[in-house]
Amino acid sequence: MPPKFYPKIATSNHLLEGDVIYFSRPNWTRSMSQATVAETKEDADQLLIEASQYSSETVDVVLIDVEISTGAPRPVQFREELRTKGPSNYFHGKQAEHV
Amino acid sequence: MYNYTGFDQSFVRNRVNEFRSQVARRLDGSLTESEFKPLRLMNGLYLQLHAYMLRVAIPYGTLRSAQMRQLAYIADRWDKGYGHFTTRQNIQFNWPKLKDVPDILDALADVEMHAIQTSGNCIRNVTADHFSGAVSGEAEDPRITAELIRQWSTDHPEFAYLPRKFKVAVTASEQDRAVIRFHDIGLRVYQKTGEIGYQVVIGGGLGRTPLIGKVVRDFLPKADLLAYLEAILKTYNLSGRRDNKYKARIKILVHETGLEELKEQIENNFATQKRVLPDVNPKILDQINAGFLEPEYQNDPVKPLIASPDFKAFSDTNVSDHKHKNHAIVTVSIKPIGGTPGDATSDQMRALADIAEAYAYDELRISHEQNVILPHVHRNNLQAVYEALCNAGLATANIGLVSDMIVCPGMDYCALATARSIPIAQQISERFANIDAQHNIGPLKIKISGCINACGHHHVGHIGILGLDRSGVENYQITLGGDGTQNAAIGTRMGPGFSYDEIVPAVERVLQTYLDLREHPEEAFLEAYRRVGVDPFKLALYGEAASLN
Repeated sequence: MPPKFYPKIATSNHLLEGDVIYFSRPNWTRSMSQATVAETKEDADQLLIEASQYSSETVDVVLIDVEISTGAPRPVQFREELRTKGPSNYFHGKQAEHV
Repeated sequence: MYNYTGFDQSFVRNRVNEFRSQVARRLDGSLTESEFKPLRLMNGLYLQLHAYMLRVAIPYGTLRSAQMRQLAYIADRWDKGYGHFTTRQNIQFNWPKLKDVPDILDALADVEMHAIQTSGNCIRNVTADHFSGAVSGEAEDPRITAELIRQWSTDHPEFAYLPRKFKVAVTASEQDRAVIRFHDIGLRVYQKTGEIGYQVVIGGGLGRTPLIGKVVRDFLPKADLLAYLEAILKTYNLSGRRDNKYKARIKILVHETGLEELKEQIENNFATQKRVLPDVNPKILDQINAGFLEPEYQNDPVKPLIASPDFKAFSDTNVSDHKHKNHAIVTVSIKPIGGTPGDATSDQMRALADIAEAYAYDELRISHEQNVILPHVHRNNLQAVYEALCNAGLATANIGLVSDMIVCPGMDYCALATARSIPIAQQISERFANIDAQHNIGPLKIKISGCINACGHHHVGHIGILGLDRSGVENYQITLGGDGTQNAAIGTRMGPGFSYDEIVPAVERVLQTYLDLREHPEEAFLEAYRRVGVDPFKLALYGEAASLN
């Protein structure tokens, strides 16, 4: 049985700042909820091609699995959940700057 | 302490300027990321989970007060007001911006520091016993050897692209505090029939294939050191595997080739090196030796002291004997209860610098156990040091106890990690916060890694914890019986892993089992484990049925 297909978003780190960023066609955002979601494999391939055009602003663009919850993408993998929140040892990540 | 020569200064400053130019070319698009990445890594700049991370070398873990103050300044000006001391005696800044890194490197160069060779497949920062020069029984200060190796290996053109990274550790004590049997090369400085030389160990390592290093030369005369190191590195560079990064460390070459055959290759290479490599310039050796002269110790007699219970608790755990009876070594715990092991705020760094300047001959050390050492403190100053540490929130009296854990950054920061390490340590530390409970458990080394790369040294923890990813969920394996000292041992895996919520209760069961079965309070965890073996602990972890499997 083929593995379950999850919707995808494109993520990277900002070249200058290093911040976690998400592709929100045709720009990049620090908010995962605004990321463009690809619902099919074909859309995901296209999304990766488009997101990879911004190599002067980004470092290493990849696709990640998401689930749609109350209209917004949420990460499937724990690692990506951490990337949205910052370190869990105490609240001091980049995310804390926006509180 | 060793001071930079004009050559060192211009070399480091030139590298900063070179990197400034490389960053500019990356930012204007002249360099792609794939072109830039190896350049930034050569200068210690990683991209981690949430941000860039700059790893700064602290050669053999030794710092002057002015250098510690500069690290505090960097933390405040370009980072988030703290730094993280690592298991390789380095410091990492977790939040620098790419555009600021050349300025940070310039600030480091101002105090004779840099981030060169803290990444990449080269010879990394040389580590040494953090009690070097302060304990009795050393043939000489092992940092003299470490500094010689630093100079030889820095920008060594032949060894800039080895099959894999290469780590060297040096000690001069019988009691191995530098974990030399788990390094690519471990050196023990000692004296044989009046001559100073080295026992040379190769092929040790942790990571996904933990192996204990083997003695390749029982005694190497001091004068032959660089020729012999060249021989080992040339042999490894030629024969080490480059087809599989997981099998590329020298430990695999030793394992697959066999010690005797590899030794023959090294010795043949050594014979060649002896003919072509000139002896070390005596002027350079004199200069290095001069950098490690002992401080002019105060000779005041030790005054009797009425110690408060808290100071006594601190003295019992954090103060060690010095080779001069009226002095002591103070280990400052960077493991507050519930805190992040190895993290020090900029204020704490400045406090440590002030204390070292006032009471410790201006010298600090970083230990691979992520603590800070004041290597030479007159015993009459211990109370004042303790009070200053209390004021800085640095007087946790837990060295060598359950809450003094080695912990890698784990998935809270590291892009390679498969699970979090720090929150597990925080929970264990809070669970055993009571100092009496910690003393009741006694000497214990818990080491936690957030992935198979084993930066948290879990293989050599009396209790080792390895965090893994199981289908997107954190899972933690327990190993018992590891030992990074001269009695080197790799921990034995107990069985299936535990979930994030289960791992701390599992550690509690291991410790309760130890308390129940030890023969007397002085029988340490590791001794008890070696006496009884794994069975009682497996039973405690998995119950009757599972432990029989």
